[in-house]
Amino acid sequence: MTLPPPRTRMLLLVAIAATLGLFAGLGGYTFTYAHGLSYFSNDPTACVNCHIMREQFDGWLKGPHHAVATCNDCHTPHSFIPKYLSKAENGFWHSKGFTLQDFHEPIIIRKRNIAVLQENCVSCHQQIVDGINTHPGDPQKMLDCLHCHREVGHGPMK
Amino acid sequence: MKTTPDSRQHGLATWALIAILAATAGATFLTLMLYQNIVARKAEATKDVFRVVEVSDETVDPAIWGKNYPRQYDSYRRTVDTERTNHGGSEAFQHLDKDPVWRRLFAGYAFAVDYREERGHAYMLIDQRETERVKNFKQPGACLQCHASAVDTYRKEGIKAGIPAGKEHWEEQIQKGFEVVCAMPYSEATKLVEHPVSCIDCHDAETMNLRVNRPGFLNGIRALANSDYPTPHLPSIERWRKDGRKGRYEPNSDATRQEMRSMVCAQCHVEYYFKGDKKLVTYPWDKGLKVEQIETYYNEVGHTDFKNKESGAPILKAQHPEFEMWSQGIHARSGVACADCHMPYVREGAIKVSNHHVRSPLLNVAQACQSCHRIPEQEIKARALLVQDRNAALLTRGEAAVVGLLDAIALAQKAGATDDQLKTARDLHRKAQWRLDFVAAENSMGFHAPQEAARILAEAIDYARQGEIAVAKETRPAGGGAVAGALK
Repeated sequence: MTLPPPRTRMLLLVAIAATLGLFAGLGGYTFTYAHGLSYFSNDPTACVNCHIMREQFDGWLKGPHHAVATCNDCHTPHSFIPKYLSKAENGFWHSKGFTLQDFHEPIIIRKRNIAVLQENCVSCHQQIVDGINTHPGDPQKMLDCLHCHREVGHGPMK
Repeated sequence: MKTTPDSRQHGLATWALIAILAATAGATFLTLMLYQNIVARKAEATKDVFRVVEVSDETVDPAIWGKNYPRQYDSYRRTVDTERTNHGGSEAFQHLDKDPVWRRLFAGYAFAVDYREERGHAYMLIDQRETERVKNFKQPGACLQCHASAVDTYRKEGIKAGIPAGKEHWEEQIQKGFEVVCAMPYSEATKLVEHPVSCIDCHDAETMNLRVNRPGFLNGIRALANSDYPTPHLPSIERWRKDGRKGRYEPNSDATRQEMRSMVCAQCHVEYYFKGDKKLVTYPWDKGLKVEQIETYYNEVGHTDFKNKESGAPILKAQHPEFEMWSQGIHARSGVACADCHMPYVREGAIKVSNHHVRSPLLNVAQACQSCHRIPEQEIKARALLVQDRNAALLTRGEAAVVGLLDAIALAQKAGATDDQLKTARDLHRKAQWRLDFVAAENSMGFHAPQEAARILAEAIDYARQGEIAVAKETRPAGGGAVAGALK
């Protein structure tokens, strides 16, 4: 530890400032290049930024829910904070999977997201399903809408 | 020099700053890597074809196409792999050793000498040139229709035989060349070809659209379209019929892309026979695709593949009726094509490629089955294996039944039964073995249409046992024999 402190520190501070600036600039550029802001929007085309979701997107375009619901309406919670938490979590797994190419093919929805989906079915169709919706909130006992209505979101299978 | 507390603090601060600098630099480095990755994925998504060389309908060599379509070519080349599933596989084991009853069932036919399991597409031509059935028996050039990429050869031979050159006469050329090559001796015809199934056999060079061009299939599918056999799994045929059956049914323009994803396979994975002296490869679909409709067709044209040496019965040898069996199954009825399960889409980076490593879906359950069946892989596999195990058990019983009939006839012959007395039993042997072989020779161990396979095997067993009864009745001593005697 024999470095002359003040001069070195000055040099280091300048270097840090420079790299931080570089990081911010490159990070910002990458973020823009990857259409980062679009992920905060409600626009379904954001979901096909990374190409993996093309089939799902095409299916949605042809599916009956196309006119009334976008990806977010079914796939993310409707209140603000849970919505962005869910976006952040899924966004992390999506980016990790797509960047490292280490995900299961075909992609299969995770349990957590199925719960969100189910909640959203009920949230819009509350009035109709009220009478048959047993054990609301209990994922074990609740009737699973998707079990029979799998095609409403993503159009006909094959 | 002595370190004072002051200078030590300076030192720590310096190291902290260095650590921050390193971390920021590292983060910047990773960001750049991520940026590069995103750029690559974006590029992949926009560029999945490379126009390195020009390919045409005369480019038979798949390696040339492979330059433009490297991803497809890479997986195509993997058909050299040999792998086994519980009931099938792609290594050339000898069926006759594994299941010796077939030596007797095929007695008097080339298949009793060599009945090796077929290997992957890459070996189709080599295996044919090597089998004892071709080396020790005289075979016609007809075999090449499916064992080689022969369409360009047909075209050239057709032009040589007098059909005008030029694309507008393309089908006349291949049909004429097909006739010429079918009638040649195999040893001569095989010199005209170089490659096993190749890009050109399924794809149009200009558009890459799927295309069928094997004359046997074109004639067969038209015969099927002309029949009244219901084809809900081939909607374009139903449509063509409804529109008044105008002109000729043209699979290449009438069929949907999804239908073509089965038809390109149905060019070869079918039942066929070599018609007449000219050995023209013919698909027996004039009456329909079911086992008994094909049988009726053969009976009407008087076709027999061989006479069983032991029983003297005129036997039909089933080839590999995958298309016919698939047509009876739930997958066909649901609009699922051959390629959906045998060439499922795989993702390479940002793009989706149809896997050209054609193989058993059991070796690739996730991609082959899970895109429709969202249940665990293990469960899917268990269901498929259950179907196959049941079919295999029924098949074994069917073999025993037909061999039982063979024994009965052979014994009666030895005891001096006349041809007249054995006529019914021999006819039943033909019927029973045709059904047994139809399921045995079909590649899927019953999976393509489990219920249909079971129905066919049940009929095989029934006909075989009826045959045994017929032998017993005909050869019973005058006065009714032991049983009738006991009843008196």
